[in-house]
Amino acid sequence: MAGEERRVKVKIDNVKKIFNGRNGEMIALNGVSLDIMENEFICVVGPSGCGKSTLLNIIAGLLEPTSGKIYCDGKEVVGTGTERGVVFQQYALFPWMTVLKNVMFGLNLKGIKGKEAEEIAMKYIKMVQLEDFVNHYPKELSGGMKQRVAIARAYAVNPEVLLMDEPFGALDAQTRTQLQTELLETWEKERKTCFFITHDVEEAIILAQKVIIMSARPGRIKEIVDINIPYPRTQETKMTPEFLELKNHIWGQVYQEYLEVRK
Amino acid sequence: MNKKTTSKIPKKVWLLISLAVALVLWTLLSINPKTARSFPNIVKVIKAISTMINRGVFWEDISSSLISVTAGFAIGFILSLPTAILMAWYLPVRNIIEPWIQFIRNIPPLAYVPLIVLSAGVGRKPQIIVITIATFLIMTVTIYQGVLNVDETLIKAARVLGATDKDIFLKVIAPATLPFIITAIRLGSSTALTTLIAAESTGAVAGLGMRIRSLNNSFESEPMLLYIIIIGIIGMLVEKFVKYIERRFTGWQEKRDA
Repeated sequence: MAGEERRVKVKIDNVKKIFNGRNGEMIALNGVSLDIMENEFICVVGPSGCGKSTLLNIIAGLLEPTSGKIYCDGKEVVGTGTERGVVFQQYALFPWMTVLKNVMFGLNLKGIKGKEAEEIAMKYIKMVQLEDFVNHYPKELSGGMKQRVAIARAYAVNPEVLLMDEPFGALDAQTRTQLQTELLETWEKERKTCFFITHDVEEAIILAQKVIIMSARPGRIKEIVDINIPYPRTQETKMTPEFLELKNHIWGQVYQEYLEVRK
Repeated sequence: MNKKTTSKIPKKVWLLISLAVALVLWTLLSINPKTARSFPNIVKVIKAISTMINRGVFWEDISSSLISVTAGFAIGFILSLPTAILMAWYLPVRNIIEPWIQFIRNIPPLAYVPLIVLSAGVGRKPQIIVITIATFLIMTVTIYQGVLNVDETLIKAARVLGATDKDIFLKVIAPATLPFIITAIRLGSSTALTTLIAAESTGAVAGLGMRIRSLNNSFESEPMLLYIIIIGIIGMLVEKFVKYIERRFTGWQEKRDA
């Protein structure tokens, strides 16, 4: 975007990942390179099995690439780090902790304790509008609320990059739309670099500045589509001709890959 | 009765009804000549309490059994916790120990009691050893399953929030395994009681299990039935206690029985 300083936040440099399974080698990623710029919102779409989750796990440091490297702020990524926050599809909340304790978990690990941790946690719990549920356990929350807690928990440790692995994939359409809107509002305020995986093409276009289309077997980047629809975007944006045109194009590309996989 | 009226009756009343039905059944069994010898009259059985107190064995039997059960269970629990964790974490440990456990688990303790007596002699020691073995096996298997079942994404979530291996063990694996540990305690305590007869066949001088065997030799069915009932009551009290712990510490669980 004009006027904004563009700096590479995460550099994905020729990453290859091979899994050794029962049926021999499976190439999950084959030479993926991508620069994620600071403050950028990137969405990755592709058929299941295209390695998009594998790529996210490698960036998070939860998986090691077979070859190739990941750099965050120019430093090579080895293992996990709190500058790279992750939101998982399955929420991954600690069921024995209340909402507040869940959000405070990462803060406590950072050495922030007591009142101070509570204040920071409350700030993010308010951001996701769950202040009335601070002392509830996850089992008492709906799926959408659980994912809000997970988002608050990821934000609380103030990561520089937010990695989101199909975070709204398990939610019903209505809740999903609502969380998309909330996430957009937050991103517009905080401009945190976001790497968001989805299989929902509409979701990708409404959120991202750039949509990465991945191809399957082996996973690699097929096309990068710039989404030049200005923010703030709303649900009405989905009715505009430019949105529909992008949707047609990206959907066509993804569908082609889907057919490839089925062969 | 339809569902509405039955649900109005409080749980405690149901318990009383259950007890009343049991007493009626018992009375019927004590009247029937075919079963009367195994089920003596209720009043006679209750009177057996004072008989046994007068013989000076009643309290000693109860306390002796409780000591063996508690000690055996406690040692079994303390040993099973690290064993289960090592089995879940280290493949060689698992591959070596798991077959042993499956092998010994299905052997009735009564079968290996004589071997234990040969080495440990008679008295308190072999009793505790037998109960320790039985409770250790069942609790190790249960806790080990629990550690294996810890949701991988919870560990990932903790790791990306900055958790070290130690944090993950103490703050994720330990609490996530707690429900299984409580199940292990439940199974272990009931195993400890069911192993009592075997444990006290090691030349014990007192104990509920030992006394039942010796009363059998003198055909005294009233105190025998009394002792059997006492073992049952102890079991129910332990279960109540475990339930309390469960509610207190694992109320956060998603799946709860109604």
